[in-house]
Amino acid sequence: MPDTAPAVKEKEPIVSQPVQVKGEERQIRRFSNLERVLHAVMIVSFISLAVTGMILKFSYTGWASILARVLGGFEAMGYIHRVAAVMMFGIFFSHLYDLLNRKRKEAGSLKALLFGPDTMLPTRRDLREFIASLKWFLNLGPRPAYGRWTYWEKFDYFAVFWGIAVIGSTGLMLWFPEFFTQFVPGWFLNVATIIHSDEALLAVGFIFTVHFFNTHLRPEKFPMDIVIFTGRVSLEEFKEDRPKEYEKLKKSGELESLMAEPYPPIVLRTIRAFAWTALGLGFTIIVMIMYAMIFAYR
Amino acid sequence: MRKRLPVLQTIGTEEQSPGQPFRAILRAVVLIAALSSAALSQEKADCLICHEDKDLAAVRGKKTVSLYVDEGRFLKSVHRDFNCTSCHTDLDGEEMPHSVPLQKVECGLCHGDRQEEHKESLHGKAIERGDPLAPTCQSCHGEHYILRVRDHASAVAPLRIPFVCGRCHQEGTRVTREREIPQARILENYSESIHGEGLLRKGLIVAPNCASCHTSHRILPHTDPRSSIARANIAATCATCHAEIEEVHRKVIKGELWEKQEHVLPACVDCHQPHKIRKVYYDQGMADKDCLRCHERENIVSSKDGHSLTVTVSVLSQSRHAATSCSQCHAGVNASRHRPCETISQKVDCASCHAEAGRQFQLSTHGQLVAINDPNGPTCKECHGTHGVLGKANPKSPIFAMNIPALCATCHQEGKKAAVRYAGREHEIVDHYTESIHGKGLLKSGLTVTATCTNCHTAHNVLPASNEVSSVHPRNTPQTCGKCHHGIEDQFLNSIHAKKMGEKDKHPPVCSDCHTAHTIRRTDAEGFKLDIMTKCGRCHETIAATYFDTYHGKVSQLGYTKTAKCYDCHGAHDILPVSDPRSRLSHDNVVTTCQKCHPGATRRFAGYLTHATHHDPEKYPFLFWTFWGMTGLLVGTFILGGVHTLLWLPRALKFRRERTMKRRRDQEEGTENA
Repeated sequence: MPDTAPAVKEKEPIVSQPVQVKGEERQIRRFSNLERVLHAVMIVSFISLAVTGMILKFSYTGWASILARVLGGFEAMGYIHRVAAVMMFGIFFSHLYDLLNRKRKEAGSLKALLFGPDTMLPTRRDLREFIASLKWFLNLGPRPAYGRWTYWEKFDYFAVFWGIAVIGSTGLMLWFPEFFTQFVPGWFLNVATIIHSDEALLAVGFIFTVHFFNTHLRPEKFPMDIVIFTGRVSLEEFKEDRPKEYEKLKKSGELESLMAEPYPPIVLRTIRAFAWTALGLGFTIIVMIMYAMIFAYR
Repeated sequence: MRKRLPVLQTIGTEEQSPGQPFRAILRAVVLIAALSSAALSQEKADCLICHEDKDLAAVRGKKTVSLYVDEGRFLKSVHRDFNCTSCHTDLDGEEMPHSVPLQKVECGLCHGDRQEEHKESLHGKAIERGDPLAPTCQSCHGEHYILRVRDHASAVAPLRIPFVCGRCHQEGTRVTREREIPQARILENYSESIHGEGLLRKGLIVAPNCASCHTSHRILPHTDPRSSIARANIAATCATCHAEIEEVHRKVIKGELWEKQEHVLPACVDCHQPHKIRKVYYDQGMADKDCLRCHERENIVSSKDGHSLTVTVSVLSQSRHAATSCSQCHAGVNASRHRPCETISQKVDCASCHAEAGRQFQLSTHGQLVAINDPNGPTCKECHGTHGVLGKANPKSPIFAMNIPALCATCHQEGKKAAVRYAGREHEIVDHYTESIHGKGLLKSGLTVTATCTNCHTAHNVLPASNEVSSVHPRNTPQTCGKCHHGIEDQFLNSIHAKKMGEKDKHPPVCSDCHTAHTIRRTDAEGFKLDIMTKCGRCHETIAATYFDTYHGKVSQLGYTKTAKCYDCHGAHDILPVSDPRSRLSHDNVVTTCQKCHPGATRRFAGYLTHATHHDPEKYPFLFWTFWGMTGLLVGTFILGGVHTLLWLPRALKFRRERTMKRRRDQEEGTENA
């Protein structure tokens, strides 16, 4: 277990090296500006899609018809849904473009990008960390020293790929039924409706519960981790959360180049307001779905 | 005589052709024969030996019958020259005292043609079937003392005829009680009619008596086309006295109608009712001013219940009945009395003129209530008023289209007497009607052609929807609505809903099931469009439920109508099963139907399952397995994520606690160091 051994060792430097906090804390950049923007846009797009979609899915509930009125009717809802869908496709392709850019600038080759140490693809190490995590949960071992990307972050990342593919393709079919039925039978639209709607329910349910917990609500980060909005995290927290990556960056000397100043309070407040809104909307949608499925199901 | 008479008759028959001169000669021959044969038979004197005894009597059945014959009276009779045996033929040559009973006297031996007529008549037929009440010759003409008709003392003299007939045909006799006679109070009415009055009061023997119209011997029911009082013959019968009366009437009544349509023209009796001719239509010298002498007074009240009997002339003169005299409605006045109205025994019967309305009313719920003296039953005057009655085209009339809802509301408004009795489903009828498209059209827009209560329920023939002949019975509703909604009825009658009519106990929907009865809305109003789906869903439960599983259904459920609803695809009034080639959803038409909203729709596009459900593995296996596959994926992912999260939570809490403690410790150390 070479991975757990360093994790145990890691405890020593943390304890022995007191954090040098004087005045302002030191932060480390974790996300690029593009990534930050894409995530923020994705929040807007995703919540819009979720709200308008769920209104239609649970049209038999009282909240659905009220919200439909609030949003300006089913046609307006349709526009919002499609505009948000276009945004989502935009984000998706921007990210793919960004990956290609990075391949050229950072990794140098596709192989390096896909199979390098910071890869988003699941690796054996992720499996080991997953098992180690389960052990840690059951108090059978120490907390794994997570690296650049944890397995749950990779899961979320690929869930988006899966979602875009499944929800996106079926969504396009429902958007342009007359075009698609030139190639497929009409009942494909019925199948597409079920897949689109249930996959969306899965996505919404997963993001607004599991993802929210994993990133914001888990006690280490509670109540909220705004690293995706600011792009930076305090060095101390970074050391605790991603000991392996910290170690690596320190060794390679990259750490200093990633250091950044924290944002002024006004920016942070704005970011927090946005984040809280998103979080609140997400939870509200979950409550509404729960209500529709438990109390009003038809 | 017994042998000769038939011989003579035979000779007569052979020598003479039938007809009037023949009968006269025949009679003469018979008479001569009778006289000449007198010597051969018993003399009258022989009979009178016994029969001049005033006490001679015999018991027939339970009755004692006098057998006395008054010779003096007989000798005055028309048959005075005949021997007894001429009529009592069975006694010819019989030894005295003769055996009893005697055979019936056959008047037909001489009066053959009369007897033939009588045989055909109602009376003759009654004799034939052995009716004990049937009149024989003797019932009218008497027996031994028959006089000439022209003789005023004759039993059948014109002046006596009404009483001869009246013996059986007056109120209270066995005939009126036990036999079906369509007219009532015949003698009474006749005696008051202009005919009866002329004959009986004024002694005008040319005035018609019963026999003048009904004939003497060939009396037939008016339903018999040969009858003198049959509808087709009545004019001719009346015209025997009233010469050229048809000509006169053609001038009075629209001539064209008379010529063009056979039945438009009334027969005499339609206006001049039989037996009470003149009573209803002519005021017998009663001028309205005679009535107004008293009724114009403001303080005149009924002695019975004290209600005012004042008649305002101005009201009367502006009414529809301005030209109708008082006594025409208040029938039964007697002008010769000081108070002519004291003979009035009947309430005003509007049906005497408005016969058809009266007939309908009698059959209606209203009329049936009135018939059983229910105080809730409205009579004519409750709706039409009394002296001030106005036509329905007059805006002041209570039956003017716009006033009808308020008129009906006097009883049918919630809480009022009709609404209290009513046990059906419709409530707040008048209020709902007022808010309905019909009510708004009529009352707000003043469209007097808009349907008001009576357009659907009829004015006089008002019956509950449960009654099969009611205008609002489900079977008749399409026709009722179709009166105004031209073309819709035809569409509906070709639809599957109309075809299924009467197949089951629960009738398929008619107009009112989708459009309601009293809360009818504009069909282009949002509310109606959304409501119609639940209306269809009342019967088509599963199909409606599955509709709501599709995009179309979900959008309409949100309250938006710009999406396909039942009728957009299936049609409304002309709805047909998909298997019908004329259906909008038939193989040939379905693509066009989709193209109404989806211009690019193709045959494949039309394969979209508009009523798909993912709960039916038999019918829609693809949808069923897709749904359960997706559900499995959902449940699996959530279980994985949920368990992971729940396991994480306690460790993470501990991690946080340790971190907090460490930070605090670090801080303390840091402070110490400083």
